Amino acid sequence: MNAITTLFDTPNLMLLGPELILVIGAMVLLMVGAYAGKGATSLITGLSIALVVVAGVVLIWMTGTGEAMHGAFILDPFAVFMKTLVLIGSGVAIAVSVTFARISGFERFEYPILVLLSTVGMMLMVSANDLITLYLGLEMQSLALYVLASINRDSVRSSEAGLKYFVLGALSSGMLLYGASLIYGFTGHTDFAGIAQALAGSGRSVGLIFGLVFLLAGLAFKISAVPFHMWTPDVYEGSPTPITALFAGAPKIAAMALLVRVVIGAFEPITQDWQQIIVFISIASMALGAFAAIGQTNIKRLMAYSSIGHMGFALVGLAAGTEAGVNGVIIYMLIYLAMTLGTFACIMAMRRRDGITEEISDLAGLGSSNPALATVLTILMFSLAGIPPMAGFFGKYFVFVAAIEADLIALAVLGVLASVVGAFYYLRVIKIIWFDESEESFVPMAGELKLVVAASGLFTVLYIFIAGPLSEATSVAAASFF
Amino acid sequence: MTSDWPILTTITFAPLIGAMFLILIPVDSETAKRNVRNVTLFVTSFTFLLSLYIWLKFDNSSSDFQFVERVGWIPGFMEYHMGVDGISMLFVILTTFLMPLCILASWKSINTRVKEYMIAFLILETFMIGVFCALDMMVFYIFFEAGLIPMFLIIGIWGGKRRVYASFKFFLYTLIGSVLMLLAMMAMYWQAGTTSIPELLVFDFPAEMQTWLWLAFFASFAVKMPMWPVHTWLPDAHVEAPTAGSVILAGVLLKMGGYGFLRFSIPMFPLASMDFQNFVFIISVIAIIYTSLVALMQEDIKKLIAYSSVAHMGYVTMGIFALNVNGIQGSIYQMLAHGLVSGALFLCVGVIYDRMHTREISAYGGLVNRMPKFAVVFLILTMANVGLPGTAGFVGEFLTLLGAFQANSWVALFATTGVILSAGYALWLYRRVVFGALEKESLKSILDLSTREKVILYPLIVLIIFYGVYPMPVFDVTNASVEALVNNYQSAIAAVK
Repeated sequence: MNAITTLFDTPNLMLLGPELILVIGAMVLLMVGAYAGKGATSLITGLSIALVVVAGVVLIWMTGTGEAMHGAFILDPFAVFMKTLVLIGSGVAIAVSVTFARISGFERFEYPILVLLSTVGMMLMVSANDLITLYLGLEMQSLALYVLASINRDSVRSSEAGLKYFVLGALSSGMLLYGASLIYGFTGHTDFAGIAQALAGSGRSVGLIFGLVFLLAGLAFKISAVPFHMWTPDVYEGSPTPITALFAGAPKIAAMALLVRVVIGAFEPITQDWQQIIVFISIASMALGAFAAIGQTNIKRLMAYSSIGHMGFALVGLAAGTEAGVNGVIIYMLIYLAMTLGTFACIMAMRRRDGITEEISDLAGLGSSNPALATVLTILMFSLAGIPPMAGFFGKYFVFVAAIEADLIALAVLGVLASVVGAFYYLRVIKIIWFDESEESFVPMAGELKLVVAASGLFTVLYIFIAGPLSEATSVAAASFF
Repeated sequence: MTSDWPILTTITFAPLIGAMFLILIPVDSETAKRNVRNVTLFVTSFTFLLSLYIWLKFDNSSSDFQFVERVGWIPGFMEYHMGVDGISMLFVILTTFLMPLCILASWKSINTRVKEYMIAFLILETFMIGVFCALDMMVFYIFFEAGLIPMFLIIGIWGGKRRVYASFKFFLYTLIGSVLMLLAMMAMYWQAGTTSIPELLVFDFPAEMQTWLWLAFFASFAVKMPMWPVHTWLPDAHVEAPTAGSVILAGVLLKMGGYGFLRFSIPMFPLASMDFQNFVFIISVIAIIYTSLVALMQEDIKKLIAYSSVAHMGYVTMGIFALNVNGIQGSIYQMLAHGLVSGALFLCVGVIYDRMHTREISAYGGLVNRMPKFAVVFLILTMANVGLPGTAGFVGEFLTLLGAFQANSWVALFATTGVILSAGYALWLYRRVVFGALEKESLKSILDLSTREKVILYPLIVLIIFYGVYPMPVFDVTNASVEALVNNYQSAIAAVK
């Protein structure tokens, strides 16, 4: 069979079904928006969510698994699982924006379409099995996200966030590309399997390690791990909150999935080398996330540092480099996504008659003025702090249990100590909600926010009941690599 | 009720189900508040009666776990596994017994956010019972740490002036100990391939590993106990917590530390326990003497009782690490008795605090003139706290000292001085609060115990005296399990030598 016929071997394209649905759907919606104008915004938003759902259904029940595009694109159980999370993250980010965008005056039909396009990029990242796919996916999601960060173009903060994100993101892309070219130069392969083979055969060289470091630096930027985290607080704070909710969720999942696939899939033969790097950025992220969050007064900045810390915890599992470790990363990202989306939905509910507030102190007395919202936010904060029986505890459990198995005792001890420090600032939020005197209450929440808040709260509390089946699903996903 | 009925799960989660009912009650009116209180009292009393059933059906001659329930949960990582033996069973009863009294004690004193308060207490009860019933160490850990959440909120929302400081200190101190224990549990899991406590009890951990695991568990239980020098969260938490919160703290939460030593440290790490015996003896004796001296100087009644709790817990750790039958029996007895005595003492403080809204010792004096019944109750409790023969406090203290004497007579010698000191601070407190002339204007109209307060305190007094003269019902339950524990310990030591 020659190359031409393989390329058009249609069954392979089925694997790309969800991506194709999103791309084509997004193009069509763009046309609709361009002709119908502003009036079609809510229609386009609704249809975008429908597209995400359809893509999810196709992904889970119809595509199957395998490789496409000459092995550049891979769909294994791991990819299916992570893509499902990405779709949830994106779908929720579109849904929660409806009322918020109307009030803040950036109701534009481009918003859901850009989210869809960036989602396609994220899904390509998850499925990347080749340095070229990796870069394509990464750039596709990043370019859409740069625009999204500054979508509220009348706001100085939003424009500043977009610009910052763009400049630093471009820098990281450059590093990543440079690393990829070094890796290609020293192994002669761009596909992950080929790289792994070359490494297993000839061992490593200094040039290759350089390439690896640059590649990891680029990816660390995307998951906002220390020391490439500087953009996170500013971008989180400046972007409109629904977009922050997007940033904190889906792209992190995709970048983490990509990182897992790169280090386990392509660089498995030199585990010793990348393990040191991952251990370092993991410890640094956990520590910085814990300590820097203490002084924050803006809740979005707090969540930015919190997400830096959480990426550090997820990396603990990756540092183990074992099947249990990958399992831990998957579970951690799943739980992280649920908690993050819920928390941002709560943040979006922080609105008084005179406008949106983002100060933590504005939560004072929420326990009396809105007990339901306060309860969910409290549950989420305990969960983010990793206190059982909330879901967050299980996320931490699975990554640390892997680290202990891999004998990374020092990493585990530093990690749990960081989680105690982290608990302090989550408790501070709870303290403000329940212990402090009541302030003026917030205006009633929008319906879509209520839905997300309730779903996230229920997931966090009831995780103990679904932990069994879910951990079976994730262990299948983790087994993809071993 | 058939024997297959999951009785422990029922007892554990009955309060939680009650809490869910409470959520449905609207909160706006006085009637609603009364409903909330009634429902909570009913739920906790019902749970207590249910728990008596396990005492009735408990097989005293067996050292095995009874009423065992075991179902899969997270395959390969943890199971839902419950059961009680002679060591844990009475702690379940203690918990369920104290809860209705706590609810009654909060009847009048808690008037804001009554519903949230009761929900927090019911959830806390579920977590506390779960700790003593869990036979899977991850289930144990989850209950153990989950209890922090309601207690944090109870101190923080309904506490006194420095409640924020106290609640944070309580939470973070306990958490930092617990997370190290969590890592140790993970290491045990990989070593032994199971999280089931009965299976871990018969697993031999390598000697060097035992040392590390022992230290990690010690970090958690020592904070919970609390042992000197990590006891400093306790006085703050006690002083700021509402009365019922103090009762539960002193009555149940502190016992989790001692229970943990008996359940994990000694049977699972016998070699390390032997190595660290003297270390524990030293800090126990320091705790007994030092905190008794500190208690002497307190000006706040609750703080004084809190420091006295730390000293009493010193006897418990000393008794446990005597590593013989007398010491361990005594420790368990001491924990149960202290649960009743200190709980009752905090309730007494609550009685006068509700009237005067101060806990300063100097604000009182001559209460006997206006409150004779209170004076009698408080006297009996003070004597029990001192460890006077004929009260429950004596039996435990005597046995722990006996056990310690068998292990190391010097330790017993120093620890005995603590008995004298405790008589000092307790009797002095009693004299300053109750005796003397009634001089203060504000006290002239103070009323004696109400019916509700009698209902709370009298059963406690009866039990304290009953178990002071006739401790056998307790020893019958604990005997088989404690003997098995000590035998296993000794054979583990003998195997090495």
